[in-house]
Amino acid sequence: MTQPRSFGFETRMLHAGHVPDAETGARAVPIHQSTSFVFHDTRHAAHLFELKQYGNIYSRISNPTTAVFEERIASLENGTGALAVASGMAAQLTTFLTLLSPGDEIVASSHLYGGSVTQLTHTLKKLSLKVHFVDPRRLENWEQAITPRTRLLYGEIIGNPRGSILDVEPLAKLGNAHRIPLVVDATFATPYLCRPIDWGATIVVHSATKFIGGHGNSLGGVIVDSGKFDFSSFATLADPSDAYHGLRFHDTFAHYAFLMKARVETVRDTGACISPTNSFLLIQGLETLSVRMERHVQNALRVAKFLDAHPKVAWVSYAGLSDHPDHALAQKYLPLGAGAVFTFGLLAPTPADAREKGKQLIERLQLFSHLANVGDARSLVIHPASTTHQQLSEEELIRGGVGPEMVRLSVGLETSEDLLWDLDQALEGIS
Amino acid sequence: MTASCAIRLNSTLTAEQKALFQSPDQIRNVLATARTIAIVGLSTEPQKASHFVASYLQDAGYRIVPVNPRGGVILGETVYGNLAEIPFAVDVVDVFRPSPDVDVLAATAIQIGAKVLWQQLRINNIAAATHASEAGLVSIIDACIKMEHGRYSGGLHTVGMNTEIVTARRLRSPGSAF
Repeated sequence: MTQPRSFGFETRMLHAGHVPDAETGARAVPIHQSTSFVFHDTRHAAHLFELKQYGNIYSRISNPTTAVFEERIASLENGTGALAVASGMAAQLTTFLTLLSPGDEIVASSHLYGGSVTQLTHTLKKLSLKVHFVDPRRLENWEQAITPRTRLLYGEIIGNPRGSILDVEPLAKLGNAHRIPLVVDATFATPYLCRPIDWGATIVVHSATKFIGGHGNSLGGVIVDSGKFDFSSFATLADPSDAYHGLRFHDTFAHYAFLMKARVETVRDTGACISPTNSFLLIQGLETLSVRMERHVQNALRVAKFLDAHPKVAWVSYAGLSDHPDHALAQKYLPLGAGAVFTFGLLAPTPADAREKGKQLIERLQLFSHLANVGDARSLVIHPASTTHQQLSEEELIRGGVGPEMVRLSVGLETSEDLLWDLDQALEGIS
Repeated sequence: MTASCAIRLNSTLTAEQKALFQSPDQIRNVLATARTIAIVGLSTEPQKASHFVASYLQDAGYRIVPVNPRGGVILGETVYGNLAEIPFAVDVVDVFRPSPDVDVLAATAIQIGAKVLWQQLRINNIAAATHASEAGLVSIIDACIKMEHGRYSGGLHTVGMNTEIVTARRLRSPGSAF
């Protein structure tokens, strides 16, 4: 009898969640492009619907290709399991809908992707869920915003777009002390750069569309549960479910309760499911994640240093630079690199001038694609104040640190000298 | 049986206790060889965890033997008041009772010649487990027999859970993962 083996991150990127099947032995993960799955018999069908059997019914709830993606990302995040959904937005909304009841409250970082701020502020309001936004950099701000109705803490490990780093460890402890789960969006880090569960986070969500997929071809989101939070007194998971004849998810599924409920109630009912083909493409992304992320962060640091030294650049906000206020946090949580998305500001005397110069820069760039996404293998550029964050009010823009002079880059895998050349020629051309 | 992957998640045990009472090799061997499983504390209520486990084990081809002082019939099987009343051999005694109750159950399991004493999730009477081990039984603690079966048979995987199994070997036939 040999000692049981714990495999490394890269091995699990390639193998976790997929055992070649007996029938075909297919080495690549097969795409099960099927809406539905044939039951063995009527008893089997009934038991699947009653959750007394594991198995596939309909691809809105589970799918064999998607299951490989789910188990693989759970393994990489050191989670107990995962649920893949249509997008990153669906991942966070599914988490909220699963854990919260009308009247419950969230305390959220104000350093979030603009679309998330909008979802939390407006869409959750329609469901009678209240959100308190706090400046995430001071723990007291979180503590002061907690009320007896607070059921969830929410933040991004690398805040979009300013690149502030969430101090996960004390925040998770604060949550535990108040019996409130901490949900962390780790999209910009990927499990290669940071695994928030290792620092005490309860649940991790991702827009897998970004670095996980890594090629800008598929939308997807994923929710990973640590399995470590005590949900025994958490009403939505501990109380009898009307949707399953009084089933108590926590009693029956223990450390799988949150993910089971998210799957068989929330996503079953919202329909925010992922396509099996997208799952396949995201799996392909995961198989090279470490190799890509190493180069992404290497190129990002080089570009950030170049811009930092450029006379037409007022500031660079990249936690990988030693003068960034969160550099120490980045070294703690992201020792391999602070991601590949960051912002910089053009030197300009007035906000109107800054906006104009930002436009000129984007018009002159030859290699950076101007679009609303991050985490592609190609380098990307955008002006957040007029695009991704444009639904936000002036006050929200200030709170999120989004100024008119700000330009956001997602640094890709091109030859780094070419990226520097492109930025240099574009900056030189600005009048 | 091929080499096992380490199973590290969702356990409250120390590494030393895990090696004794949650060994993947032992668990796979129990699941592969057991046929009859007595379920102590099986509820009549269909939505209780014990009922889920029992019905799952039936579907997986095991014979379950309900043990509950209330008697009657559950899932088509006669309910026995205690382990000693079961008139045939059982391979596994699967316990859904609070940890202090396991002392007596361990003694009875040894007495009736059971091969395995399995304490379900969050039930972790180490003294009783050690007693059973010393008498030659396999002792498993703080683990769910349904989840462990699902881990190796592929069921847990279908619902996106982390089975912690990593292998490039092709499955030979359904169930060969044990």
